[in-house]
Amino acid sequence: MASVKYVSATRVFTKGAPPAVDALDLDIQDGEFMVLVGPSGSGKTTALRMLAGLEPIDDGRVEIGDRDVSDVPPKDRDIAMVFQNYALYPQKTVAENMGFALKMQRVPKAERDRRVREAARLLDLDEQLLDRRPRQLSGGQRQRVAMGRAIVREPKVFLMDEPLSNLDAKLRVQTRSQIAELQRRLGITTVYVTHDQVEAMTMGNRVAVLRDGVLQQCATPRQLYDNPVNQFVAGFIGSPAMNLQTVPLTDGGAQLGGTILPLPAATRAAASQAGLSELVLGIRPEHLHVADGSGELRGEVLLVEELGADALLHVRLAGGGDPVVARTEGRKPPAQGQPVTFHVQPDDVFAFHPQTGSRLAG
Amino acid sequence: MTATTARRRSRGLRQWSGQAGWTVLAWAVAIVFFIPVLWMVLTAFKPESAAETWPPKFIFTPTLSEFRLAVTGMGPFLTHSIIATLGSTILVLLLAVPAAYALSVRPVKHWRDGLFFFISTKMLPIVAAIGPLYVIALHAHLLDSILLMIILYTAMNLPLAIWMIRSFMLEVPGELLEAARLDGAGRIREMGSVIMPIISPGLVSTALICVIFAWNELFLAINLTVTNAATLPMFLISSVPQEGLFIAHLCAAATIASIPVVIVGWIAQRSLVRGLSMGAIK
Repeated sequence: MASVKYVSATRVFTKGAPPAVDALDLDIQDGEFMVLVGPSGSGKTTALRMLAGLEPIDDGRVEIGDRDVSDVPPKDRDIAMVFQNYALYPQKTVAENMGFALKMQRVPKAERDRRVREAARLLDLDEQLLDRRPRQLSGGQRQRVAMGRAIVREPKVFLMDEPLSNLDAKLRVQTRSQIAELQRRLGITTVYVTHDQVEAMTMGNRVAVLRDGVLQQCATPRQLYDNPVNQFVAGFIGSPAMNLQTVPLTDGGAQLGGTILPLPAATRAAASQAGLSELVLGIRPEHLHVADGSGELRGEVLLVEELGADALLHVRLAGGGDPVVARTEGRKPPAQGQPVTFHVQPDDVFAFHPQTGSRLAG
Repeated sequence: MTATTARRRSRGLRQWSGQAGWTVLAWAVAIVFFIPVLWMVLTAFKPESAAETWPPKFIFTPTLSEFRLAVTGMGPFLTHSIIATLGSTILVLLLAVPAAYALSVRPVKHWRDGLFFFISTKMLPIVAAIGPLYVIALHAHLLDSILLMIILYTAMNLPLAIWMIRSFMLEVPGELLEAARLDGAGRIREMGSVIMPIISPGLVSTALICVIFAWNELFLAINLTVTNAATLPMFLISSVPQEGLFIAHLCAAATIASIPVVIVGWIAQRSLVRGLSMGAIK
């Protein structure tokens, strides 16, 4: 058990180029499940590898349990990593794979066997599988062996690098909850890297959103969703993504969909202080409420996506701009080509600076 | 309906005839390559008098007399060849594995230059080096010694072996090596428990190629050995008499000389194919 701390940790791959991880500050508490999420190239995997010791730290430091491990070799950091491709030793049996680290620590064979079996039971791995080789296993089984190899070590920190990305969609959803549940049970600090914001939201106690090597926001899934600090986080978290439209500012509000959407006074003040004549409005799909003809926003349905419980409406709003997506109840959605109107609560509207992307207070 | 069946049938026919065409071609090429070998083996079983007829006879009473003749006196040559071949091959593997490691898994500084240097040693024709080699061997008192042949065959095969083993090592996924590092494996363990098991088919095929090259080498042997270290190819040459008929005798000796390579190749066939095609498919 241990906390993990990144202190201005920086990694530069090529001199002169922007750092892959730029002065990352992150406090991960003991027993916490922390997800690093971001698009490809955001530095999330590099950050994880810096913690693992597989990537040198060019500036700043990384601490595990209040010990600076920046110059400690990987094997002495008391961590275990689950790789994206599992990285199982092809010539070793499942049991040998899982027990290899213990063998390296000269743990006696009996003890090793016991811990391997215990981990296998924990992961619902059949005992018969222990004598097989990785290529004789299914993808899901391999994934669990990779997890088992980490669990057997009883490390201070689990590191997971997109461990679910090679599973099919259904198995991924199942395994997602199993891993989260197992982590809560074992209580081992976990740092989990993914590009999938659904995984990030469903698994993490907290989620750190990265972009171009810079930490954007680190908060609980709920806070990220309800209170994104900037346009990037707002657009990245949530599916379907938040509708973001650049709109002109007017007295008292912003012009959208053939009407003036009222904005809170604080937002207006922030916008005028920044000298803006336009800003980026963000509205989540579920906050566009279909209102039979009485809504302020008017538009025309371009496409209806039926999801069963819900339906997604792709709508071109009056006054042009990119189509917006609205989530509506799935029973009787408006048909394609129909005019539609929406009602929006002023509190549900986010406003961002059109150049910096930062949130305008509201 | 009938039209589709007919079309399907004609497509099947085309496919079949295409396949048959390739099969015939493959066999034809294989036979062209095999005929000299077959001719050698057949001739070896003929008496000297029947060996040089034209067209060659395919029906004759086989005899082992030429083999009996060939075997006498072959002993020392065979021993020299075995020692030089095995000795050099073992040495090559011992040197090439760490060298390949330093050029692939954990590349040293200027590894490109190193790699190019190794292959550049193969660019010089061996004839150009034979003079200096002779003088060096003379002064080192190594002329006509097996040790010299082991050293030379090691040097001859090492560059190729390093290149081959390096390419096999590059095939080992990086994540696997990282996992081993996290698991606490040092370099020796990393090599022994992770890399070696994966590249073993490649090592076998590398060793086999070294064996074949060393076994068949003639130029160095003929220039630097006389009797104490003369190898089997020298024996083949020496079985050509100054006058008289010798074809059957030569064929018998050559057949015996090829047997070890054929046997080794047969045993290692699977790993040879796997090793040589390693890296062909990602």
